Amino acid sequence: MSNTNSLSYVRKEMLEQQPAPRSQVGFTRWVRENLFSGWFNSILTIVSIFVIYKILAGTLPWLFGGVWDATSLDQCRTILNERFGNTHYACWAVLTERWNQLLYGFYPESQYWRANLAFVLMLASLAPVLFDKVPRKMLYLTMAFPFLMVWLVWGGPIWGVTSVAVGFLLGGVAFKVVDRYGSMALSAIAAVAVAVIWWLFIGPSVVEGLNAVAPIGHLEEVQSRDLGGFMICVIIGISGIALSLPIGIVLALGRQSDLFIVKTICVGFIEFIRGVPLITLLFTASLLLNYFLPPGTTFDLTLRVIIMVTLFSSAYMAEVIRGGLAALPKGQYEAADALGLDYWKAQRLIIMPQALKISIPGIVNTFIGLFKDTTLVMFIGIYDMLGLSNAIRANAAWNGIYWELFIFIGGVFWICCFAMSQYSQWLERKLRTDHR
Amino acid sequence: MKKSVFLGALTLAGLAAGTAMAQDSSTLAAVKERGVLKCGVNPGTPGFAAPDANGNFVGFDVDVCRAVAAAVLGDSEAVEYTPLTSAVRFTALASGEVDMLARNTTWTFSRDVDLKNTFVGVNYYDGQGFMVPKDLGVSSAKELGGATVCIETGTTTELNLADYFRVNNMDYEPVPVESFTEAQTQFLAGACDVYTTDASALAASRASFENPEGYVVLPEIISKEPLGPLVRHGDDNWGDIVRWSLNAMIAAEEYGVTSANAAEMANGTENPEINRLLGVEGELGAMLGLDNAWALNILTQVGNYGESFEKNIGENTPVGLARGLNAQWTEGGLIYSPPFR
Repeated sequence: MSNTNSLSYVRKEMLEQQPAPRSQVGFTRWVRENLFSGWFNSILTIVSIFVIYKILAGTLPWLFGGVWDATSLDQCRTILNERFGNTHYACWAVLTERWNQLLYGFYPESQYWRANLAFVLMLASLAPVLFDKVPRKMLYLTMAFPFLMVWLVWGGPIWGVTSVAVGFLLGGVAFKVVDRYGSMALSAIAAVAVAVIWWLFIGPSVVEGLNAVAPIGHLEEVQSRDLGGFMICVIIGISGIALSLPIGIVLALGRQSDLFIVKTICVGFIEFIRGVPLITLLFTASLLLNYFLPPGTTFDLTLRVIIMVTLFSSAYMAEVIRGGLAALPKGQYEAADALGLDYWKAQRLIIMPQALKISIPGIVNTFIGLFKDTTLVMFIGIYDMLGLSNAIRANAAWNGIYWELFIFIGGVFWICCFAMSQYSQWLERKLRTDHR
Repeated sequence: MKKSVFLGALTLAGLAAGTAMAQDSSTLAAVKERGVLKCGVNPGTPGFAAPDANGNFVGFDVDVCRAVAAAVLGDSEAVEYTPLTSAVRFTALASGEVDMLARNTTWTFSRDVDLKNTFVGVNYYDGQGFMVPKDLGVSSAKELGGATVCIETGTTTELNLADYFRVNNMDYEPVPVESFTEAQTQFLAGACDVYTTDASALAASRASFENPEGYVVLPEIISKEPLGPLVRHGDDNWGDIVRWSLNAMIAAEEYGVTSANAAEMANGTENPEINRLLGVEGELGAMLGLDNAWALNILTQVGNYGESFEKNIGENTPVGLARGLNAQWTEGGLIYSPPFR
């Protein structure tokens, strides 16, 4: 036994742990495994690097060598010729000179603060809806925001929008009161009746009185025609998104209803709207609506467009949500019944939370589509960013400029849509309750 | 194809209802009550109509709208401009969305008769031309056989092009584009050998090129394109107002009345025609249902035809058009106003 200790072929102490070979760790390994894992992949990598280099070598100087300070395309070209001897560089000066038009349209410059304030308030009022860590009290701001926005953007005395808000408030009160004694349907009817009576008969005279007695909060009025650029996209997009989700939910539920008339109306609406291109609806709103209205009536163009865009996207939304409803196991409905919940409670507590969670990717898809579709208003004579790019080119100073404007517009849209997409992914991760 | 069928259907629907509606309301009364004139214009053609950096519309066509507003409302700024694409312009007019169009629209038989519009005059005599790169080595449109041509869809130029090549036994390959700016970009990128549109637009377009010397406008003018303002059928009084607002600008140039001297001349001159125009003699304004100073308002606020031309599209502007056919008849052009009597 004593010999065994002196035998040299057994190591007595542990070897120090060696670092892995350099080719098997970190960056080198990643490169080996992902880029040069075989002769074919190596060739592909080299070719790709060459192509990427070519593209960047072509575009980067163009992007970063551009001129930011000039008053016309000709001046841009003169500057570039002096600096580089050729004009193969961007002329960003068009953005320096016209960025405010691309963002605000023809909104009066002295009133930009109103648009900015409305935008900040919009973000603030979206926060409690989007993130549950934000104080719940902020929801009051969310409820007040639509009225604040209308007042800030279009201007005029404050009493008009206040009266509309009061109508909603009275409707809500009526709902609560009747709900205590009667059925859901009865209270809904009562709420609508009270609100409509206020808007049509009582509200206008009260507004007139208040305007005469207390003309406070009067902002300079801005016509719908002067709205444009990114601003009009946000107004139409956000209104459409905010309105189409609830309408879509109602339509989706209506489509599954057992009540014949409700079901028929919902199916008819969805199939009709989905069967018609958005541009047709917009043309109808801008050109043909005048036939159906009594002569002399004016109906704000922006409002018409918002209504059409909302109808369009709520039909799509309804189908997306119906997909979520269909994906829910039947057991969930039966469980709700077994608990003795009535229809609305079952929807609110059990069905909808799950169905909406399933539908998140589809819902956000529809939102992003809607937001990008707002550029279609160009065809009905509203100067959104694309329309403005045409108008800017029609000016003798900038005739012939092309890429710079579209890169800017594309960038702005990409930021908005990417943000929406990231939010939806975060929400999906947060709401994931299954074990995968 | 689908698009044109759809737009055609829209237009038809528009016409059916538009004629029914236009009869029961007077446009003049509606404009006066509204206090603002709704005018359909081009969303962006250099020199003719385009919003400037402040969002104010300026241009040669825009001045016609301003003249009508000055005549009717006494204020040339009381105009609400509705930018319209070429596809929807007639529907917008027929539906009453706009009171008049001043949107470089060619006066043709079918647009006048079939689409039930009233063209009230011509404010610019244009014609279709061709532009080619100098390298192509072409000096006449007759040598264009086999060329690729950039052409805006849905316009009269498209039809004229087909006619011209058929008559001259040549073939061509069309490259359809949607707008003036797209055509320009495609042409510069070499997607087509030839760019064809109205000669005025060709000149404006060439002036904006980085290298104008590299391109030539061919001498042939292959069509007549009388561009003018129009109103819908069914309200002749309104048509008269737009017609004579334009004529007042034209006649004023002929008689030497300008924005600078109109107010002074309104005190009375030796020339009875000028006196009638400016409302010193006679009741021409009242006959139109307007104030007697209607033409004086046009001239002090907008100016006469020549002034508007020089300011927006004349030789000293980037568009740089010569008067040519659009000179007064006394100078050998076609611009001519019937007498104010």
